[in-house]
Amino acid sequence: MLEIKNLHARIAEDETEILRGIDLTIKAGEVHAIMGPNGSGKSTLSYILAGKEDYEVTEGEILFNGENMLDMEPDERAAAGMFLAFQYPIEIPGVATMEFLKTAMNAQRKARGEDALTIPDFMKRVKEQAAHLNVSMDMLKRPLNVGFSGGEKKRAEILQMSLLEPKLCVLDETDSGLDIDALRVVSDGVNKLRGPDRAMVVITHYQRLLDHIVPDVVHVLSKGKIVKTGDKDLALELEKNGYADFVNAA
Amino acid sequence: MNVTAPIAHTQGESDLIARFDAARDNLAGTVSIGALRSAALEQIKAKGLPHRRVEEYKYSDLRAFLKSAAPLAATAERAATEAALAAADTFGDLERYKLVIANGSLVADLSDISALEADGVSVTDFVEALGSGNGSALLANPMTAPNDGLLALNTAFVQGGVVLSVKAGSQVSKPVEIVHVAASEGAQTTRCRVEVGEGANLRLLETFVGETGSGEINAVFDYQVADNATLATTRLMIGEASAPRLFTSIAHIGAEALFKSLGFIAGPEFTRNQQFVHFQGENSEAKVYGVGMARGKGLADQTLIVDHAVTHCNSREFFKTVLDDQARGVYQGRINVAQHAQKTDGEMMTQALLLSEEAEMANKPELEIFADDVLCAHGATSGQIDEDLLFYLRARGIPEAEARTLLVLAFLSEAIEEYDEEDVTEGLETRVRDWLAQRS
Repeated sequence: MLEIKNLHARIAEDETEILRGIDLTIKAGEVHAIMGPNGSGKSTLSYILAGKEDYEVTEGEILFNGENMLDMEPDERAAAGMFLAFQYPIEIPGVATMEFLKTAMNAQRKARGEDALTIPDFMKRVKEQAAHLNVSMDMLKRPLNVGFSGGEKKRAEILQMSLLEPKLCVLDETDSGLDIDALRVVSDGVNKLRGPDRAMVVITHYQRLLDHIVPDVVHVLSKGKIVKTGDKDLALELEKNGYADFVNAA
Repeated sequence: MNVTAPIAHTQGESDLIARFDAARDNLAGTVSIGALRSAALEQIKAKGLPHRRVEEYKYSDLRAFLKSAAPLAATAERAATEAALAAADTFGDLERYKLVIANGSLVADLSDISALEADGVSVTDFVEALGSGNGSALLANPMTAPNDGLLALNTAFVQGGVVLSVKAGSQVSKPVEIVHVAASEGAQTTRCRVEVGEGANLRLLETFVGETGSGEINAVFDYQVADNATLATTRLMIGEASAPRLFTSIAHIGAEALFKSLGFIAGPEFTRNQQFVHFQGENSEAKVYGVGMARGKGLADQTLIVDHAVTHCNSREFFKTVLDDQARGVYQGRINVAQHAQKTDGEMMTQALLLSEEAEMANKPELEIFADDVLCAHGATSGQIDEDLLFYLRARGIPEAEARTLLVLAFLSEAIEEYDEEDVTEGLETRVRDWLAQRS
C-alpha cells in the first residue's frame, strides 16, 4: 500500500535536513509502529505523507497504492485514502464541527466520483461513530476543536478517521495528553478500524499505546533514518533500555 | 475675521455645483429647507469634497476619487422600477414588509403602507415631512460630525425617502425592508428617519438594488430609539459599482434601550459606511457590527463614533474587513466617554483578513475617555489566512479553494453571529461564497 524509498527531506524555510534516507514498505492489513526519541523525524514523516508544504523532499519517492504521492495535493491524498491524525489538532473558530465533517466527507466522495451523502445518512453515521468514541452531540455543535480538552481533541480526530474510512491511517502521537481511560476509548476506536484493506502507521514515544494497539512491525527512527526494525517485542525492549543504544548506533 | 482663499474646484465638484443649479428649483422643501440646501452646497463650494487632509477622510479621499458627478436620477419609470425589483433578491423568502424608494422617491403604491399602519407603524413620505413645520429638524447633523462633507452633500441634494414612526409599545411583527431601487442611471440621494417609540420593537432592513451607472448613492438613516425600545437594523449593499456608495447612520438612543446594527457591504469601488451613535438615556446598549469586502482597487471604509454622553451604557463594536487584490480597507472607530458618563462599558474590535499580498488595511480604533470609572477596550488585527488551518482542512480532503472559503466565512461569522438575527443573516453565507467564487 505504501512504499517509501530513500526519502530525504528538509525544512523548506531553513533547509535543515530532517529525514536522511527512509525506506519503509507497508502492506494492506498491517499495523506499523514508528518509535524514536524527540527530534528523530517522526512527526516530519507524518506531515510529509499528508502533504504539508513546510517540508521539501530532496531525494527519494513515496508510492501510495502505486501512485506517486508527492505529486498529489493534500486534499487529493486524503481523497485517495490518506489520513493523518494530528498530534496537535488545530482549533478552527467559526467552523462548526458537524458542518466540517459533512464538507470533508462529501468533498472526498465528490473527488472519488461518489454521490454526496443525504442528511439522514450523514447523521446516522456520525451518531453511530460518535457513540463509540464517547463524543457528545454537544461537542459536535461547537466550532471544530475549539475549547475541546486534549482528550476530546484526540477523540474528535479518531471520529474523523472513522467517518472518512481511509485506507492508510497515520496516527501521530495520538496517545499524548490522554489519561488511561481516554487512551482505552481511543485505542478501541482505532482497533475497530483495523482490517485487511487498511494499513496503519502508529507514531509514538511510548510502548504504552502499543499495549492497546498491537503492531505487526516496530521501527526505530533516529536522526532521520530507520535504525532498527522488529516485531512488537522491540517496543518492550525499548521501554526497558531506552533509545540510547540506537541513537548512538545512528 | 477668517478669510479662506477660494479653492480650485475639481471636475467632480464643478459637476456637483452645476447639478445643484440645474436641480435646485425642483428639489423638495420649504424656503427654509432651500436655505439649508444652499448653505450645504456653499460648504462644498468653499471646502471642496472631503479629502485626505480632512482627518476623518485621511484614508478615503472622495475628492480625488470622484472624477465626475452624474446628474440626479430622473423620476423612476414604473416598468423599470418593477423590473429592477423583480431582478433583485435581497432577503429571499424572509417574511417582511416592503417600502420602495425608486430613484430617490418613495413609491407609495409599491409599498406596504396600510399593512404597516395596521402593525403600529406610520409611514410618511420624506418630501411631505420636509414641507411640514419642523422639516429642517429632519436634516440635522449629528453633534459628533456637525460639518461632515457627506452629510452636506446629502442635505444639498436629498430627493426623498421615508419617515417611519413606530407607535409606543408596538412590536412590529415582521422586519421592514426599505429597498432603494435604481430604476435608471443617475445619482440617488435619500434620507430616512426611523422613530421607534417607547417600548416598541422594530427590525429594519436597508437594501440597495439596480444600476446607478456613474451616479453615486448617498443615503442617510436617522434613527431615534426611545426609552425601552429596540431597533435592529441590517444594511445590505452587494455588487460591483464604479460610483461611490456613501452611507451615514445617525442613532440617538434613549434609556433602557437596545440598538443593534449590521452593515454588510461588498463590492463597490468606493464605499464609506459611517455611523454616529449617541446615548441619551442610561442603561442602554448599542451593538454595532460591520462587514466590508473589497477587491480590485476598491475601498471599504467603515467609520464610527460612539458617544457615551450618559452613565451606565454598554457598547460593542465589532468590524470585519476582507480585502483582495490591491483593495484597501479603512476602519476608524472612536468611543467618546464624557466626564460624567461613569460606568460606561465599551469594547471595540476591528479585524482585517488580507487575501492578497497587495491589499492594505488602515485600522484606527480610538478611545477618548474623560470619566474615571469606566471599562473600555479596543483592539485591531490584520492578518492573512492561517496556513496551518488551511492545511488541516485540506488534509481532510477539502480542496484549497473551498477550504479558503470556509476560513473566510469563519472569519466573518464571528461578527454576524454576535449580531444574532439569524433569519436575516442566513443568506449572507451564499453571498460571501458568490463573492469569493468571482476571485480572479
